[in-house]
Amino acid sequence: MSSENLDLTLMIWRQESSQSVGSFEEFKVSVSPDASILEMLDELNNRLEKEGKNPVAFESDCREGICGTCGLVINGHPHGKIPNIATCQLHMRNFEDGETLYIEPFRAKAFPVLKDLIVERDGMDKILQAGGYISISTGGVPDANEMLISKETSSLAMDAAECIGCGACVAACKNASAMLFVGAKVSQYALLPQGQPERYRRVQSMVAVMDEMGFGSCTNTYACEAECPKGISITNIARMNRDFIVAKFKSQDEDS
Amino acid sequence: MIKLDSKIPEGPIADKWTNHKFNMKLVNPANKRKFDIIVVGTGLAGASAAASLGALGYNVKAFTYHDSGRRAHSIAAQGGINAAKNYPNDGDSVFRLFYDTVKGGDFRSREANVYRLAEVSNNIIDQCVAQGVPFAREYGGLLDNRSFGGAQVSRTFYARGQTGQQLLLGAISALNREISRKKVVLYTRREMLEIVLVDGHARGIICRNLVTGEIEKYSAQAVVLATGGYSNVYFLSTNAMNSNATAAWRVHKKGAAFANPCYTQIHPTCLPLHGGSQSKLTLMSESLRNDGRIWVPKKKGEPRKPNDIPEEDRDYYLERKYPSFGNLSPRDISSRSAKEVCDEGRGVNGGEAVYLDFSDAINRLGQKVIEEKYGNLFEIYETITGENPYQVPMKIYPAPHYTMGGLWVDYNLESTIPGLFILGEANFSDHGANRLGASALMQGLADGYFVAPFTVGNYLASEKPEMIDVEHPEFIASQNEVDDKVKKLLSIKGNKTVDEIHKKLGRIMWNKVGMARNEKGLKEAIEEIRELRDDFWKNVIVVGDGRDLNQTLERAGRVADYLELGELMALDALNRNESCGGHFREEYQTEGGEALRNDDEYAYVAAWEFVEVGKWNPHKELLEFENLKLATRSYI
Repeated sequence: MSSENLDLTLMIWRQESSQSVGSFEEFKVSVSPDASILEMLDELNNRLEKEGKNPVAFESDCREGICGTCGLVINGHPHGKIPNIATCQLHMRNFEDGETLYIEPFRAKAFPVLKDLIVERDGMDKILQAGGYISISTGGVPDANEMLISKETSSLAMDAAECIGCGACVAACKNASAMLFVGAKVSQYALLPQGQPERYRRVQSMVAVMDEMGFGSCTNTYACEAECPKGISITNIARMNRDFIVAKFKSQDEDS
Repeated sequence: MIKLDSKIPEGPIADKWTNHKFNMKLVNPANKRKFDIIVVGTGLAGASAAASLGALGYNVKAFTYHDSGRRAHSIAAQGGINAAKNYPNDGDSVFRLFYDTVKGGDFRSREANVYRLAEVSNNIIDQCVAQGVPFAREYGGLLDNRSFGGAQVSRTFYARGQTGQQLLLGAISALNREISRKKVVLYTRREMLEIVLVDGHARGIICRNLVTGEIEKYSAQAVVLATGGYSNVYFLSTNAMNSNATAAWRVHKKGAAFANPCYTQIHPTCLPLHGGSQSKLTLMSESLRNDGRIWVPKKKGEPRKPNDIPEEDRDYYLERKYPSFGNLSPRDISSRSAKEVCDEGRGVNGGEAVYLDFSDAINRLGQKVIEEKYGNLFEIYETITGENPYQVPMKIYPAPHYTMGGLWVDYNLESTIPGLFILGEANFSDHGANRLGASALMQGLADGYFVAPFTVGNYLASEKPEMIDVEHPEFIASQNEVDDKVKKLLSIKGNKTVDEIHKKLGRIMWNKVGMARNEKGLKEAIEEIRELRDDFWKNVIVVGDGRDLNQTLERAGRVADYLELGELMALDALNRNESCGGHFREEYQTEGGEALRNDDEYAYVAAWEFVEVGKWNPHKELLEFENLKLATRSYI
């Protein structure tokens, strides 16, 4: 597995707070090809701390690609150039000795930088709080096997539900649109029988908050799908758009 | 002096919970909105508790140190969740799940709590399906089940290899609904650093705002902690980078007894270490053991590549030693067996790794079936190691994963501090000395959806606590305490980084308080931890400011707590002169190398009361087995 260390130049975005102006700072590192990119930053930070300097602020948690906490733009790609992985799963064996890496935070109007590489993504949660649920309380629900759901439907719902809420789709989009993220949640419930009673109300409330939070609109560039660490398909956006249009007709019916 | 009263209800075990619920006091619907409840942590236990309490009508303040509730480490659980549904008609029942869990825990858990866990397990599956959790299904549209370690029935429900993710997102969706109904206020990027006691009752918490660095005070009439386990004391574990013991440890220091700290689970199927810069160990789901076969070469220092080693030169040691459970033997036994063969020098390339081989399953079922079942796990493996497990056997080795020990709670999940409830991995309640696979998700959700909503209500109805103003002297005193600690950490300005010290602690814990322990090693560990703790308080360097986003400061506070907790783990392990479950004392083993329990002297819960740093009062809660016979655990 392991071979010789790689010598790399890192250009890392530094920014003290959301109010201040940021810029790139250069670092030289020597790193094992078996280390992940975040382990490389750990080592760099340890070195900086030892020298009494401020370490590079970046977020991560599970380091298994499932929690959605980490998210860096590496050489222009959210989560790096390797498809279908999160930043924490990017290993240094994918880089060449002597390479220069540009490491930046996710950039979007709705994601203000808090410090260095950390951004605030609470806009995404606000969208989910507007309707990303089935309105039931604890208890008093039917037996789990009372409802038959075909393997295909369940599997499609699962494809959508795999979204880790990292925001790479927003960072990848030139309009900073959150349509893939929202479409995935809308689709999960729209596909399942449990989601039917609130199906059209849900999509309207979620889309309304999405617009409020400053996320842009979708112009079908497919950049979101290409950068999504979980390979969430843009058919989820189509499904959401369809429901959104139907919802409009339905609410007109109700108004009349 | 604290007093342990387990408050186990009277009556036959199958009726205890029903009777207890009937006997509890209720808060009428109109009065519920007069009570504020703090819930710390938004993992499975915390999110499900906060959502359920909010749905009942209480005012809930939920706290997480993440940017979003959904990041909690429950999200990383892969394999599944157990329930006694008996859908496959293979002989499962509430009693069997209860029996398997007590036996799996090596008879070191409380019967009544475990029975209740098994009893509510079925409600959990119903609840999750109603929320829209996309569990795996069969072609006929019914839910699918698979097998897990320590059981001979298939009772595990799953959503591909991401069951924890889907269950957490379900619980978070319930939480989001309560947030939209304004019954829950979610405070993100807040780390709880102190509990506030007024007249001995839990009445609030002190948090550090992780963005501004401000020390904030929050008041409530009851406090619920669901802050997870302490495996990160080992530095390298399968836990997330931020998982920590600080909230639990700070309440321990304020009077909550800590139970069975030495019961730690080393998970058998993790990726082996690659080098010094490694930040964590990655788990490969136990479900892989359904189809993967574990083996090592028969002879030491085998130079051949795995695919060149013929059958007759391989030792499928789990199948050989435990023929009826084979590769699905419980975690503690599987981990120890791996250590044993590696210590003999028969690990991969003589090192610390064994093979997990899918070639038989691929030949039998075809690659497509294996891909459907485990595709994402195989991808994770290939991403990290650069090797293709469809072609070459995986290399795995045990790693710290889960802690069965935790804050002591009674049947109501209330700690020795009145009004402070502990849920999920943070308590010691249900898994005894070893947890079975797919039972952590079950316990977290059982506590949050189906236990705490009743027992916290009963406390509020019985005590009718008043709301305390956050300018009360106890709040100010706790706030100052936290502030002083922050200042102290920043003022040392030494030359050793937080990570350096944490790594040193991790090595002591892994070598001496890990998979196998002995008296000499434990005594040495206690000395070494004490020295390291002194070193920390003299020489640590924490750069930056307290009133700012400062991740080094966050980690420093957590490591300071590990340096105290690690000592208690060693002390508890030294005190327990027997082997049971995940606690293996080399002095106490059978001729065959199996754990040798001492039921006459150690069939108790060790609950430690904090006196001062490095000093504790021991307490015992005797375990009574009225429904199951204490037996030697056998998986042969």
